[in-house]
Parts: sequence; C-alpha cells; structure tokens
Amino acid sequence: MSSTTRIGIQTLLRKEITRIVRIWSQTLLPPAITMTLYFVIFGNLIGSRIGQMGGFDYMSFIVPGLVMMAVITSSYGNMVSSFFGAKFAKHVEELLISPMPNWAILAGYVSGSLFRGLAVGLIVTIISLFFTQIQIHSYWIVLSTVVLTSVVFSLGGFINAAFAKKFDDIAIIPTFILTPLTYLGGVFYSISLLPDFWQGVSKINPVLYMVNTFRYGFLGVSDINVGVAYGIIIGFVLILGFISWYILHKGIGLRS
Amino acid sequence: MEYALEIKDLVKTYKDGTQALKGVDMQVEAGEIFALLGPNGAGKSTMIGIISSLVNLSSGSVKVFGKDLISDRQAVKSMIGLVPQEFNFNMFEKPIDIVANQAGFYGIPRQEALARAEKYLKQLQLWDKKDSMSRGLSGGMKRRLMIARAMVNEPKLLILDEPTAGVDIEIRRSMWSFVEQIAKQGTTIILTTHYLEEAEQLCKNIAIIDHGEIVRNTTIKDLLKTLDIETFIFDLDKQADEGLLTSLGATPKDDTSIELDVPKSKDLNSVFQKLDEAGYKVTSMRNKANRLEELFVKMIESSNKNNPVTEKNGDPS
Repeated sequence: MSSTTRIGIQTLLRKEITRIVRIWSQTLLPPAITMTLYFVIFGNLIGSRIGQMGGFDYMSFIVPGLVMMAVITSSYGNMVSSFFGAKFAKHVEELLISPMPNWAILAGYVSGSLFRGLAVGLIVTIISLFFTQIQIHSYWIVLSTVVLTSVVFSLGGFINAAFAKKFDDIAIIPTFILTPLTYLGGVFYSISLLPDFWQGVSKINPVLYMVNTFRYGFLGVSDINVGVAYGIIIGFVLILGFISWYILHKGIGLRS
Repeated sequence: MEYALEIKDLVKTYKDGTQALKGVDMQVEAGEIFALLGPNGAGKSTMIGIISSLVNLSSGSVKVFGKDLISDRQAVKSMIGLVPQEFNFNMFEKPIDIVANQAGFYGIPRQEALARAEKYLKQLQLWDKKDSMSRGLSGGMKRRLMIARAMVNEPKLLILDEPTAGVDIEIRRSMWSFVEQIAKQGTTIILTTHYLEEAEQLCKNIAIIDHGEIVRNTTIKDLLKTLDIETFIFDLDKQADEGLLTSLGATPKDDTSIELDVPKSKDLNSVFQKLDEAGYKVTSMRNKANRLEELFVKMIESSNKNNPVTEKNGDPS
C-alpha cells in the first residue's frame, strides 16, 4: 500500500471517528440503553424463570447474542447513515475527485463502521458485567468473529446506501430484514429448542452463524459447526466486499 | 505543446437519452486562466464533472497535462482541484477539518495538511472561522472555503465553477485577485461564470458552449473585435436639447445623460467636437453594457436558431 493511500484511509477513519464521537448521543448511547433494558427484562426478570439454556443460566447465554446484536446494528447503521449522508449532501465528491483508490475509500468507511461496532460492543459488554460474570472460552474466536461480522454488516450497509435514493430507502432493510434476521438468529434461544423443520430454516439465516460462533468464543457451546460458520462469514466478507468495490468502480448511484 | 487540458470528441449521453455533450474539442494552455461560458443546461457542468471524475464519459478523450483520464485516472485526479457550483462539504464539520481532511485524501501527511489548511484559510480570510460549524458561515465564506479546500492539494489545474456566484462585490474582487495570484504562481485555471465582466477581467482565452457544442473557442480580444458597435453613456453638465440629440443620433438616458451607439469604425472625436460646439461639457463617460455580455447573447441567440430548444433533464448545470 502506498503512503498516499494509507494516509487517505487514515484521514477517512479519523473523519468517521470524529463524527461518531461528536454525535455520541446518537451513536454510542442508544445501544447502551437498549441493551441495558434487554439485560433487565430478558435476563433478570424473565430469565430467572427460564432457568438454563444450552447448559448455562439464561443471562450468560444471551449476553454474547446481545453484544453481537448491538455490533451488527451499529456497524450497519453507521455505514448506511454516514455514506448515504455523504451522498445526499454531496460531500462524497471530496473522495470521488481525490486520487484515493476505490478499495481505499471502502476500507476507510468500513474501518469507521468497525470502530463504532467495536466501541458499542465493548460498551454493551461492560454493561453486561453489572448483571452477570463473563467467561471467555477463546479470545481469538471472540475477536475474529466480532471483527468479521462487523465488516460483513458494514459492507451490507454500504451497498444499501449506494443504491438508496431517499432516506426511506435506508430504513427499509434494517427494519424489515436486519431486525428479523437478528431476532431469529439465536440471540435469545438455542435452535435446539425448535422442531427439525424450523432448525433447518434457521440455518439459512447467516446471523445464526455469527451469533453462535461468537457465543462459542465465550461459552464454548454452539448450535452449529464453528468451522462452517467461519467459512460462511468469510464468504460474506468476500462477496459483499467485491460487490461494494464494483459499485464504487462503476460509480453506481454515485456518478451519472 | 503540452496542454493543461486537451479534450477530443467528448460525448456524454445520459441514461435518459439526453446528449449533454456532442463531440466537444477544447484545449487549455498551461498557465492560463481560461473562461468557459454557456447558458444553463449548455453542458458546462457535465464537462467539468467528466474532467473531475464525477461524471462518466460516453466516448472521446480527456488529457490533463498529457495524462489520459481513463488510463491514468489517479495521476489526473492528483493534478486537479475543483470548486463546484453547489456547496458540497459537510455542513456539520469545521472549516479546518474540511480543508485538512481533503489534503489527507490526497495523501498529504496530517502535519503538512494542517499547515496547508492554515495557509489557505488565512489567504481566503477564513482563519478566524476555522473552528466554527461550517453551516453557520455566510454564502461568500462557504464559497471561499471551497476554494481553500480545492487549493490544499496545490493542483496544477484548478476548476472554478461559478466561484463568485452570490458573493458581494468586495469579496468578488478579492477572489479575483486571489485567482490572478495563483495563476501567476503557475496554476492553470478554468473558470465558468455568469459574470462576463469576470471573464473579460481575468481570462485570455474563452470557449462558449451551447447545446453541448463549442460555439466559439478563441481569445477574448479576438472575440471582442467582432463586436462592431459600442454603446457609450455621456454625463453632461446640463440637460441635452432636441437639437443636440438629433445631430448626434443620441437618446436621453436621464436629465443630464445621453446614450449613443458608436460604430467601431468611427472615432469619438467628432462626438466631442459637436458637444463642445453646442456648449456642453462632458463630466464623465462610460460603456453602457458589458461588451462581452452583448456578444454572448448574440451568439446564444444564433445557436438557438440552429438548435431548437430541447429539455436537458440529465444536465445538472
């Protein structure tokens, strides 16, 4: 990587971090509040009546899922709002006229969303410590899963933002696709509770693989094969990464 | 000769079928301030968009200092600075961040980027606003901010798309002097403007574009030569009587001013002689209208006759 490109990516990342921190009450605070409510209601109040899930008390079981849910929502939300905002207000042109290669523009934005995803993940994890003790089975799996998942949803947000023409277009996918996939992705339950047919249906959901691999990193238990999960997550990174690069290369939604 | 910009047979057809550029050829010499004029929807912004990589070309070629836009895009981009017509910076960022970040996108290290941002914000009298929210700047300040941002990579070719639109006369003149100053330092400048006085004041060469075609591409001096009549206004020491108006072929403008069309082939001595003989003193004299403006209107009218008006939905200019 040339120093010109490296400086370009660093600048874009700095710009994104400045934005995220400047509007912290919109970017960092809401997931902290939402997840605290989840911990109180599902973990403490309802969880105490549920008993064990996957061999662990319910609160310990849902913590990894809720952290991952916050990471997914924040990574996607950051990219889609930041990139669509730049497109809408036309300041994306600052990048399009610059000599930064397309992949570097993408890397800068993804790094920014990764920063927000990880920051939110860390905040939610710290909050969870007020409700339960966390054990970590494999730091490497925890870290790699959260980074890869954040990248997948940042790229998804980028594609959504590139095709979006109005603000409604960036609200549709999070509401009608992302939220159902996350809720049905094994955040609150083990799919072993489901009948065989619904277990099969659940396995079509990519979020299931991300949540379960992440949970495996904490608890050492998973509903799915972790190796297969890594293959699927990395596959998504490569496919969505290529689509995003192609969008920038062709200027789809960006150049007339 | 190596041109700063060399455009050959440039065509742009938008998805809706609108042909915004119909085979444009244009050259801009290195080091000059070049005027690109044309009415709204003529294709100016499309052409600028293509040069600055914001619009994809349909066919033809664009070279900047000998580098081809398609095959050597990164090199071309690194040589260009753009001040667009519309404000296109993040209104929630500070001017210092906007300018320094732009430098970063061109690969300039942070410390140097901040130093350059300081230099250009100071030159454009924005330094005291460096930490203000950009949204709160006045229209003129926002425009100067975009000039500072475009200058921060010290481009060899600076494109100014109506840089003085909506700014007051004092700021406009200070911007002219800034443009002249950077041109003297060797930057080639392409200027689009609706203030033809601006083009006449700053530029040596001019291209007039209409309906996606270059109507004229010449020097401003040669262009003005084609104007055969000039209109002058004479301010007199007293009201002109009918006899004077008839003998000069003049019309009254107000109580003590008269308006007179003078063919270029005639000198003004005879006019002064007649005024003197009739006992009038000329207290001042000036051109009625911007000469270039008259020419521009004539050319566009003639171009419109040759090209029936069509909708240009795809052209943002």
